Amino acid sequence: MSNIIEAHGVSKSYGGVKANTDISLTVKKGGITGLIGPNGSGKTTMFNSIVGYHPIDEGSIKFEGQEISKMLVPEIARLGLLRTFQQTRIYSQMNCVENMLISMPHRKMSLMDAFRRNTKADTDKAEHLLEFVGLYEKRYLQAGSLSFGQQKLLEFAMALMNEPTVLLLDEPTAGINPTLINGLIDRLKRANTEFGITLFIIEHNMRVIMNMADHIYCLAHGQMLAEGTPAEIQDDQRVIDAYLGAH
Amino acid sequence: MSKNWILYIALLAITVAAPFLFPSYTAFLATLWLFIVVAQAWDMTGGQMGYNSLGNIFFYGTGMYAGAVFAIGLYYNVGEWTDASRSEIFSFTAGQYYTGMVVGIIGAGLFCGLCALIIGPLFFGLRGPYFAIGTLGLAIAAGEIVSNIEWLGGGQGISMPHSPLHPDFEKVLIYFLFAGLGVVLFIFCKWFYSTRFGAAINAIRDDEEKAEAMGIHTLRYKTITWAISAVFVGAAGAVSAFQLIHFEPLETAYQTINLGIFMVVCVLLGGKGTLWGPVIGAILFHVFKEVTWNYFLGGQWVALGLLIVIIVVFFQDGLMGYLKHRRPEWFGIKVESKDKEAAA
Amino acid sequence: MDQILTNTGYLFQYPVLNLAFIIDGIMIGSLFALAAYGLALVWGVMNVKNLAQGDFVIAGGYCSWWLVKTGWLQSIGLSDNAVALLGVPIAFVVMWGIGWMTYKLIITRVIERDLFTSLLATFGLAIMMAQILNLMFGSDTQSLQLDYKTYSFAGGFINLPMAKVIGTCMAAGLAVAVIIFMKRSRMGQAIRATAQDSRAARVMGIDTEKVYAFTFSLNAAICGAAGAIIVMVWVIQPFYGITYSVRAFVIVTAAGLGNLPGVIAAGLGIGAAEQYGAHIFGIGYQQAIAVTLLLIVLFFRLLQQRRKRQALN
Repeated sequence: MSNIIEAHGVSKSYGGVKANTDISLTVKKGGITGLIGPNGSGKTTMFNSIVGYHPIDEGSIKFEGQEISKMLVPEIARLGLLRTFQQTRIYSQMNCVENMLISMPHRKMSLMDAFRRNTKADTDKAEHLLEFVGLYEKRYLQAGSLSFGQQKLLEFAMALMNEPTVLLLDEPTAGINPTLINGLIDRLKRANTEFGITLFIIEHNMRVIMNMADHIYCLAHGQMLAEGTPAEIQDDQRVIDAYLGAH
Repeated sequence: MSKNWILYIALLAITVAAPFLFPSYTAFLATLWLFIVVAQAWDMTGGQMGYNSLGNIFFYGTGMYAGAVFAIGLYYNVGEWTDASRSEIFSFTAGQYYTGMVVGIIGAGLFCGLCALIIGPLFFGLRGPYFAIGTLGLAIAAGEIVSNIEWLGGGQGISMPHSPLHPDFEKVLIYFLFAGLGVVLFIFCKWFYSTRFGAAINAIRDDEEKAEAMGIHTLRYKTITWAISAVFVGAAGAVSAFQLIHFEPLETAYQTINLGIFMVVCVLLGGKGTLWGPVIGAILFHVFKEVTWNYFLGGQWVALGLLIVIIVVFFQDGLMGYLKHRRPEWFGIKVESKDKEAAA
Repeated sequence: MDQILTNTGYLFQYPVLNLAFIIDGIMIGSLFALAAYGLALVWGVMNVKNLAQGDFVIAGGYCSWWLVKTGWLQSIGLSDNAVALLGVPIAFVVMWGIGWMTYKLIITRVIERDLFTSLLATFGLAIMMAQILNLMFGSDTQSLQLDYKTYSFAGGFINLPMAKVIGTCMAAGLAVAVIIFMKRSRMGQAIRATAQDSRAARVMGIDTEKVYAFTFSLNAAICGAAGAIIVMVWVIQPFYGITYSVRAFVIVTAAGLGNLPGVIAAGLGIGAAEQYGAHIFGIGYQQAIAVTLLLIVLFFRLLQQRRKRQALN
């Protein structure tokens, strides 16, 4: 498998605080890669660096071989590198289907396509994906009236609608009812296998990430602590120490 | 569906018949259509896209000047024309006048659209209040600069060619030009908001960061929307130029605190981000303004300032917003009902 | 175009002109900085961007102008000059009252709303105030002709009217007083706490409503005093307000919120830039220059933000 994201020596500090120091990681095309670490270890900072929310101090980030560390958020998103937010962001004034239709892959559209109306096929696809995440019954409700967990699922469905090459998920299971987590894991895996979307996931829930990822990176204090297969990470004494707070 | 068609045809019939039924109100109705055009065009960016411009009057003023320059420049040197200012050296034949009018209106629209395409990428990096203040600055600066350009008549302004028509017929012609623009703009918007493009600018309004993160070409869509709106405002400006015969830069063309703010107030009064809101708002505002104008004994402008404040503070959602709140089902909004939630 | 080149040439031919412009610029700029400080205060504390800022300035100017013209205080033996100086504190007090009324009637209802609401409401207020002043005082430009001496230096290139010097000193004195007040007094501390986090301030027992009302009144009062100083030396007119508002925005945008030295520096800089602009392009462009500076500053900040991969909001 080839590498689709290659980050090399990325550093980022906020004022005097070093949020990321010399981080290098790769995401394999077609796989599921995990990023774990205790609170404040710099996971979300790393995500934001990749998708272009802030400038990085040092290092390079490549997507499909192209340097993206100087590009702006919309430009990176248009390459097919998509992210979901830790605090869910959906268009709360619109209903679910409208939310889905807005998430059509505009980067694949010409300007003339944009001046067309959505076709029956588009609506069908939207409804199919809503069914896939289990929101079909609620498809005509205003998105703002959904519960937090449902909004999260909607955001996930919107990301799938966009047909990204890589999807960066920031804590997809946070705030989701534990009984639904298994269902979500299953859907994430299916998104990976059926739709062929490469996933890069920040996750707090160890059980979840160990179940899904082929390869895991662990951050602590803004530095790369360990990497390896789930089994290797599970047995790594440094990771266990980091999570239990020992030094 | 068929009911709607009957409504639209009836409205169109009224529009066409109005200047003949109420000939003494033709000028009033023409200005009403001007208000509808600029309000609807403002709503394209302000209401549908969430970019509240205080300087759309820039396109109106630029449209006036562009219309004048295109129409006059077809046959004469503009500098000499403004030098001679109103003396009868230059005259237009009827044919020249109508050709100039058509070229002026279309040219002004296109020119303003082009302006928006050029300045859009600069201004759309500004968000929220900065965009509003930046565009306001643009309109004020343009007025001040134009009033210093002698070629365009400087602070004295510019005179348009005299119409070959009898004033009464000229009024009707102007009415139909404004009304035509208004009808075309309305139909365009009705279609435009139903496309993917329309959905995309709504997404930008609701959460631009999300829209960016979803890979929507935000800058492209914003600039094009502004340009389309500028085409209509610019064309309306050119029609105004022909209507007014003589206009000057600060009070008429770049009238920041009159029409520039009225268009925003019209939209707020009717309801932002709705198709009918700007139309209804423009009618309410214009009728209110005209009816009460004579009762304020010189204090009209104070009253208008007060009206703006009152509308903004107490009635910002407008008529359509109020209806949406009270009767969401009319707008096709569904909210999970309480009892259903309790059952689930 | 030739005119512009000739005028620019003069700057090199007579270098002392530069000094004259800078001195003039600093004197008027100190007043711009006052209005900008008020704007930044209200912006920072209650997140209201006040487009009526310049109209407060002009209203304060008319307040002092009217006081001198009506002649009441002269009838008890004060000279015109003394009344004009007294006009500054009086304008401060009067505009405090008007600011307080404005807050209670309008601003308090728009604080919690989105930014465009407050912007538009204050724009409506600006139109209303300009028109009221126009009805009351007419649309002519007005100034107080005070009989202070004018000192000339450098063979007449630099004119230093005493009135301008006094005005600048009063502006500086007012600024220092306000800054000390904000640092030392309990109210000043409450204002700064509210600016940082109004919810936390409310939880800690600060009456934020009172703080807001006080801040807005203080802002209007500062503007009013600035206007009273302006009318002593420069001219006012009912519709000049918007230009002062725009200048205040330029300064705050250039300096950033809560950057007091920046506001002062930007204020003086804008003052000097306008003097240069008026010399090079001609006096007719004065308003245009003030507004064009806004656009330049906005786009400069935009480029800065773009380098940080951010938009300006």
